[in-house]
Amino acid sequence: MGSNLSVNYTEVIAMILFVTGFANLLLQKNLIKKIIGFNIMDSSIYLFLAVKGYITGRTVPIVVDNVTSVEAYINPIPAGLVLTGIVVSVSVSALMLSLTIRLYRRYQTLNLDEISTRLKREGM
Amino acid sequence: MTILQIILLIFLLVCAVSVSITRDLLNAILIYMSFSLIMSIIWVTLESPDLAITEAAVGAGVTSVLFFVTLKKIHAINIEKGTRELKDADINTEEEDGLDEQA
Amino acid sequence: MSRRKTDEEYSKTRAYRFFKWLKGEKDYTPSETKMDMSLLIPIADASTTVERMQDKQIAKERAYDEHSNRLLKFFNRMYRIVAVMFCIIFGALLIYNVSYLPKVGAVDRPTNNEVPARYIEKGIEETGAVNIVTGMILDYRAFDTFGESNVLFVATITVLILLRINKDRSRLSPVLSEDDPGAGDSIYEPKDDLILQTVAKFLVPIIMVFGIYVILNGHLSPGGGFSGGAVIGAGLILYVNAFGFEKTEEFFTEKTYKWISFGALTTYCLCKAYSFFCGANHLDSHIPLGTPGAILSSGLILILNICVGMVVACTMYTFYVMFRKGDF
Repeated sequence: MGSNLSVNYTEVIAMILFVTGFANLLLQKNLIKKIIGFNIMDSSIYLFLAVKGYITGRTVPIVVDNVTSVEAYINPIPAGLVLTGIVVSVSVSALMLSLTIRLYRRYQTLNLDEISTRLKREGM
Repeated sequence: MTILQIILLIFLLVCAVSVSITRDLLNAILIYMSFSLIMSIIWVTLESPDLAITEAAVGAGVTSVLFFVTLKKIHAINIEKGTRELKDADINTEEEDGLDEQA
Repeated sequence: MSRRKTDEEYSKTRAYRFFKWLKGEKDYTPSETKMDMSLLIPIADASTTVERMQDKQIAKERAYDEHSNRLLKFFNRMYRIVAVMFCIIFGALLIYNVSYLPKVGAVDRPTNNEVPARYIEKGIEETGAVNIVTGMILDYRAFDTFGESNVLFVATITVLILLRINKDRSRLSPVLSEDDPGAGDSIYEPKDDLILQTVAKFLVPIIMVFGIYVILNGHLSPGGGFSGGAVIGAGLILYVNAFGFEKTEEFFTEKTYKWISFGALTTYCLCKAYSFFCGANHLDSHIPLGTPGAILSSGLILILNICVGMVVACTMYTFYVMFRKGDF
């Protein structure tokens, strides 16, 4: 175990959330809970990425009183990357939910095991 | 600030674990909505207000509304005679009387 | 000793029988093996073909049924155990790795190199935006935002394909028709609820004004195109919920959506093509940067914010309407 375990507590929690979301995706039988697990994985990765730009003691990257020295602001680059990611995550969720609606109309169940069994029986 | 961050992160973890444990679908979506809200406050403590506004509007707003509308489309929310019963969607739902009442 | 045997003599040796068995040919001579003579009579009969097909169907169904197939039950149980173990080992590996990463909040991280230094120091004089993050995603890294707007557009089109109810029955189309048993959800139009309508009359103008404020002030304060667009989209969703689809169709139809999306994305593309052209040929783009702190400053960032905000608002509204009603 390295020495930074107690200082990096945010990243540790982000990793635990990722594994929780992943276990949801693997083990739950209900499709909607799988989609919620997928969203939890997304959020945890954004948390991990955005905490890389945080520097203690410095403030929000909005220029105040024309102070443009590097030592006054945090790193703005990871925040820009995560901003794009959040909006893409909502469109992925909407797509998955519309696929779920179509699956429900066709098979009248949300249990993924049943759906794949019926697919195998139909010979696909 | 550190104590506040630690408390919020532990709350996040509790939300994520309880989403997998509940059997009720509506409860799971409400807990996910509060997960998004706490995430938005954590962005503020990490000094990024752009992310906070976007996560609040998108995560606790639009995504949760889409989940609710999906639940309505798959007939997992049932309104009959003043009480509200919620189905676990593992079972095939049969509430044709609920549908007729709304029609 | 090394004389070659004749075929008759060879067919009686053990080596011949061994190689024949290896090749898989059946022994049809009952005298050489001890087979039962009655199995040689074939069972082909025309009347039992139907029975055989039914037996085949029953066997196929039973093969995929969990209660009568022990292999399937075993697989399901092993899958769960292996999945839990894999998640635990995966989590332990990740936490072990995280403990070796550089400290959170330290100054001497590898990510704090000369790139953010350039963005912070020269940001306000090269882009004119007071908000460094907005100036970065709409000026230094504008193509990422362009790609992301395209992703939103493509997602909306896909949801349209999947969930749209086609009222025109004369064409063959893969979308749903109204005969589909779940498709007729337009009977679930929102009813006239008094509380909702009174509150919506008060709140919707405030939400719209706040959304427009967040979009226009993207380069001066936290916010920008994405947040403002999501807020406007949420305001439109509240309006549709309170007042019904007929009133909303007076100002937001399919044509509106088409022209807004197309116009916004094309404007973004043309603006950035101009910047790309000027920068690649070392020309001076004659767009005034203005004084930092005013709204009409920072060149093209205001126009780009408005474009992105409109695309995001239309996307959120379209998702909701497709899910709810199936048509604009």
